[in-house]
Amino acid sequence: MEAGEFAALVGPNGSGKSTLLKLVLGLLTPNTGTVSLLGGAPTELRQRGRLGYVAQRQALPKDFPCTVEEVVTAGRLNRIGWRSRMRAEDRFEVDHALESVSLLGLRKRRIGELSGGQQQRAFIAKALASQPELLILDEPIAGVDAQSQDEFATALTHLRDEHGAAIVLVSHELGAVAHALDRVLVLKRTIVFNGAPEGLTAQGISLGIHGHDLPVWLEGLR
Amino acid sequence: MNTVGLRFGALLLPWPFEREYLQLALVAGLVVGICAPIIGAYLVQRNLSLMGDGLGHLAFAGVGLALLTDTSPLWVALAVTIVGALIVERIRARSKSSGDLALSLVFYSGLAMGSVLLGRAGAGAKASSYLFGSLLSIDRNETLVVVVSGVVIVAVMAVIGRSLFAVLVDEEAAAVGGLPVRTLNDVLMVLTAITVVVGMRTVGILLVSALMVLPVGASKALTTSFRSLLVVGSALGVGSVVAGLVLSRVVDTFAGGTIVLVASAAFLLASLVGRSR
Repeated sequence: MEAGEFAALVGPNGSGKSTLLKLVLGLLTPNTGTVSLLGGAPTELRQRGRLGYVAQRQALPKDFPCTVEEVVTAGRLNRIGWRSRMRAEDRFEVDHALESVSLLGLRKRRIGELSGGQQQRAFIAKALASQPELLILDEPIAGVDAQSQDEFATALTHLRDEHGAAIVLVSHELGAVAHALDRVLVLKRTIVFNGAPEGLTAQGISLGIHGHDLPVWLEGLR
Repeated sequence: MNTVGLRFGALLLPWPFEREYLQLALVAGLVVGICAPIIGAYLVQRNLSLMGDGLGHLAFAGVGLALLTDTSPLWVALAVTIVGALIVERIRARSKSSGDLALSLVFYSGLAMGSVLLGRAGAGAKASSYLFGSLLSIDRNETLVVVVSGVVIVAVMAVIGRSLFAVLVDEEAAAVGGLPVRTLNDVLMVLTAITVVVGMRTVGILLVSALMVLPVGASKALTTSFRSLLVVGSALGVGSVVAGLVLSRVVDTFAGGTIVLVASAAFLLASLVGRSR
């Protein structure tokens, strides 16, 4: 991955996306070979708080006692360190992240009271607040409504354009971000496609059109 | 040591705290009332509400060991519970399906070991003062240990509380972001162990977990943010201790049990209020 690059990792179920993701995040160690991200090992990036991660998740319970703002602020700890206190600059970045996902007006609401899509946007804002150099998102928009998907795409392009972050998005639904992608990787136990989204069109697959049917189309790709 | 005791003894407090032993009980109780819900907030949200109860079983084994070897029950229970808490955390972190069975083995073995050791020490009669607490017999030295432990718990939580919250919200993302998740979880377990042992002399091993859970449950029904969960939880813990002590004096009941019954009533009331909002 290069700085400022926006890539999508797609593939049918069982193609190895989760395993690759864990290797990239440093949660698994490869049997052979090495993983290099932005010039360093994943564990080095983790130690410096340079990696951001948004996991695929179920909605939080309604009675989970914390506000949207508290969740987003938790993401800022990567930057300020676990022993330091929040400064004005950190509060500004938290506000900025909330604004980027259009949740500023809901900052004092209980996170559990938000819809699934809004909760996912809050977790994306949490990752944005940490200003990662590499942000990895695992199926972040599964089951999210169309408006939330558009706001999600805006937030990611903002992170790339304003902060120069590299982004890896693992998803079956790429319609909302198709226009912003620099690279698409198709994984079927090995990488069968690695290039600009336009390259897929030549093989009959358009990310914008085959939003929900993408996995089916990828099955046919060789 | 005496300085603390003399200061408490010199205090002129109104009924029902006019005597020194009642003032020592109040101070020790207040420390537990503040600390237990702070620790409990993190345990409850991780579905570990009964962790304090389990660690209490290990503390009982420590008490048995101390009485058999004629050493300090407080310090030996503290050492045994901290070591046990770290082992339990390892089991919890590694086990997926059989974790609760392994934890049961540790906890019940602790309780059984305590009973066997107390029997060997010929101190079976003392068991109830540790199981159900003996707040009104707490002495100056024990109160000092309770106060120092409380200061340590609050100070450590003030430093690592935000990081523990980040782990609570999303453990995997916290690890990827560079937070020392394993160390943080270990520290939480050690602080839980300290709280259990401190609570052992106040509300007792069997009831200390109640002060970790009930004020938090009540607070959860009334608050929106995690910060207010901690503040209101501690306030309810303190309120339960004061009201429980007063009530136990009025109706002449065991202080520990009365405190927990007040906390239970607060929990039920808060749940009703929370549901009607």
